[in-house]
Amino acid sequence: MTDFPRWKYALVVLVLLFGIVYALPNIFPPQSAVQISANRGATVDEALKTKVAGLLQQSNTPVSAIEIDATGSRLLARFPDADAQSRAGDQLRQALGDQYNVALNLASTVPSWLRAINANSMPLGLDLQGGVRFLMEVDQNAVIDTQETRYSDDIRSLLRDKNVPFDSVNRNPRGQGVGIILRSDADRQAAATLLGTEYPDLQINDGATTGDRFVLNATVKPAKLRELAQSTIRQNVTTLRNRVNALGVSEPIIQQQGESQIIVELAGVQDTAEAKKLIGAVATLQYRAGLYSPEQAMEAARSGSVPPDAKLYFGREGRPYLLAKKPIVTGDELIDATSGRDQQNGTPNVSVTLNSSGARKMAEFTNANVGKPMAVLYVTRVNEVKMVDGKEVKVPKTTEEVINYANISSPFSNKFQTNGLPSDSEARDLALLLRGGSLAAPVDIVAESVIGPSLGADNIKKGFNAVMIGLGLVLLAAAIYYKLFGLVADVALFFNLVILVAVMSLIGVTLTMPGIAGIVLTLGMAIDANVLICERIREELRNGSSPLAAIRTGYDKAWATILDANVTHLLAALGLMTMGSGPIKGFGVTLFIGILTSMFTSVTVTHAITALIHGGRKLKTLSV
Amino acid sequence: MEIFNHNANFNFLGLRRFSIGLAVLLMLGSIGLILGKGFNYGQDFTGGIVVGVAYENPIDSADVRAALAKGGLEDALVQAVGGTRELSVRLQGKDDAGAAGMSGDEAAGKVANDVVAALKAARPDVRMTSRSFVGPQVGEELRSDGIYAVIFVIVGIMGYLWIRFEKRFALAALATEVHDVLVTLGIFALTQREFDLTVLASVLAVVGYSINDKVVVFDRVRELFRSSRNASPEEVLNKSINSTLSRTIITSLFTGITMAALYFIGGPVVHGFAITMLIGILVGTLSSIFVASPILLWLGVSKKDLMPVAKDEGELARRP
Repeated sequence: MTDFPRWKYALVVLVLLFGIVYALPNIFPPQSAVQISANRGATVDEALKTKVAGLLQQSNTPVSAIEIDATGSRLLARFPDADAQSRAGDQLRQALGDQYNVALNLASTVPSWLRAINANSMPLGLDLQGGVRFLMEVDQNAVIDTQETRYSDDIRSLLRDKNVPFDSVNRNPRGQGVGIILRSDADRQAAATLLGTEYPDLQINDGATTGDRFVLNATVKPAKLRELAQSTIRQNVTTLRNRVNALGVSEPIIQQQGESQIIVELAGVQDTAEAKKLIGAVATLQYRAGLYSPEQAMEAARSGSVPPDAKLYFGREGRPYLLAKKPIVTGDELIDATSGRDQQNGTPNVSVTLNSSGARKMAEFTNANVGKPMAVLYVTRVNEVKMVDGKEVKVPKTTEEVINYANISSPFSNKFQTNGLPSDSEARDLALLLRGGSLAAPVDIVAESVIGPSLGADNIKKGFNAVMIGLGLVLLAAAIYYKLFGLVADVALFFNLVILVAVMSLIGVTLTMPGIAGIVLTLGMAIDANVLICERIREELRNGSSPLAAIRTGYDKAWATILDANVTHLLAALGLMTMGSGPIKGFGVTLFIGILTSMFTSVTVTHAITALIHGGRKLKTLSV
Repeated sequence: MEIFNHNANFNFLGLRRFSIGLAVLLMLGSIGLILGKGFNYGQDFTGGIVVGVAYENPIDSADVRAALAKGGLEDALVQAVGGTRELSVRLQGKDDAGAAGMSGDEAAGKVANDVVAALKAARPDVRMTSRSFVGPQVGEELRSDGIYAVIFVIVGIMGYLWIRFEKRFALAALATEVHDVLVTLGIFALTQREFDLTVLASVLAVVGYSINDKVVVFDRVRELFRSSRNASPEEVLNKSINSTLSRTIITSLFTGITMAALYFIGGPVVHGFAITMLIGILVGTLSSIFVASPILLWLGVSKKDLMPVAKDEGELARRP
């Protein structure tokens, strides 16, 4: 007993208790459920509960429980099986309509006392429960395009305002900024000073001078571009979260990966087309001034000669419009959009709210142009893959469509309606896309996968069996080879699994198939520490040590080795964790935690048990 | 129970010309295979579309291939996954003429539908279980991430050994580590097993496992050098290998058992992982016994390199 202090026993008992309590939630299997949450205007209350119960009874769908959650914002209907769940989902979605989001999910059956101490089961990865996974990438070129176009406009008006004469301000090839051509070196100096103070994010350089063309190049600083790309990603993640919530998926995973990628995982969803329509499409609104008369627009479309201050666009039914080249307000200045019906004529519409800069520009424009037309241009961008010289080339395809063309009835600023949408569903879709905010840069889906629910169930069964049988075999082998010490190691190995699961549950590591492989590998390698200890004890006994001395020196000497071996192993696990990509990261995290827990269980826990068994007794031999 | 004779004193170092020669040959052979045959990269790295299908009744993959060819999908790669009822069909978007001109993910949807339609036409008892699409640029990033991770791990481990042990140990570990990784990869190139992301992860896990093995032997080497009075380095190294031999093999067996369980029970998703680990465990164990110590000997490891210098001097200085 002497060589094992009392406080270590206490620690072992505490850690084992912690392990059992926090691993416990995982034995409660989640239940198929439908989650109903309210959209704006609607409420989740007893009336809704009665309505849902009634609807389900009507269709004879078996339901185990209907409850309103603690926050009062969601209604949860639990079902005995996945079949009833999906039937109920379809039915409720139809019956409740637009006011509620109906989502299929897996409801926790963990008792409330466990949840109260933050003990939850591990969330399951898509490969274990089925669903859709998208990997999206922000188009960095588009970020550059937007910036350079914006700056060329700004520079032009700045020079004009400050009366610096210039020949032209135009974009250079992508990434090379804006080229400004001035008429004299003095003008160039003036412009450079002006731009330098006005736009600190621009790098100003003199370009080649030919004759009376004095060139000044303004490029966006790389630091600024990086910052923009970062904020674009953040903005996109938020936008996607809003959009996905609207899609009615419970607990979606939306996270940034690396510099420019976003992962979206939607558990339970099988229809990628529906999800993609919302996620992938990049739609923005642009408000532009309408110019010239409809007849002139017709004429321009027919002859192809467009007035220099206008650009030709077409409406949904092919009608031509001549619009100003510069938008008044763009989608990124838009704060909110809601669908509804126009109070006067009852047609579907979208009510739009603008931010302050948008509102200012809109007020300025509408004040000066009452009675004149203004158009809403709906811009969607999709990527198409084309074959060029036998290679796949991604070509962004932008469709611009005039969805609304109306006279400004009175000046307005931050709130107004867009009328003339063809149907309720169109209005709803548009409002949904706009509500998420407009995307500053488009995102492309660069990878996707769909995992069927049956495959998920199959994986989880196989994974569980692999863990259990792998564990069982090692337990058996250790017990046979090291007898009593093997059994002690077995107890520790079992607790290693328990504590590993507990830690993973507590920090909320998503369990995936590679994660399960990591658990199995951890179990196989955790026994190594005990092998080291047992072999050392055997050696010490052979060298003539007394049993108790053999145990003491065995543990002491083995510890140094175990520490060195595990630190190097931890480095390898760290490498896996930094490898970014989802599933592999899961494996690395599992391995990392597993190495740490195994150091505790294989050394401290076995030492405690060994000391308890052998301490204070006169021993002639050891069962090792 | 004991399998190994604890008094064994097999002269492993005596075999060093032979064992190192073999290791070098294996490495050269592996490099040749990797450069010559290359890897059968999985979808994670090459991009493309994989459709998982399941049949009610057993089916031969040749029949599936025929059904796909009939449906106009000629170059599909069909593999049975776990049993005779489930298969994966792998192909590129351009293999389906109908998907021309679509964006990558749209084409993936179209191809998946075409695959299921073609298979249904031949045998109606088929359904799709999973589907995935990976764009070509994703794979490139993953590959470079993977290479960085391997370098990070090897350099990190070397640094640790350099500090905790001595530079010769770090170099010997590095050389053996490179050997283990190359031979494991060489076997993949030879058998043309699919090399995907989980396999890459398990190669890293092999690095972790095998370094674990070496450190245990090195630890004993250090201990014996410090405690022995005038044994030659060769004797010390031999003794270290012999006295850790039982542990080296038993641990490999135990870990091997769990990986075998994973291979046979865990299903197709973890096949690649388990088989890589099994290969890596075998290679790593052999190199711990036959390769690492001879390198240490050749690098000229000696007793005086391993004495805890600073500590002893400090202690001596305090003595009266």
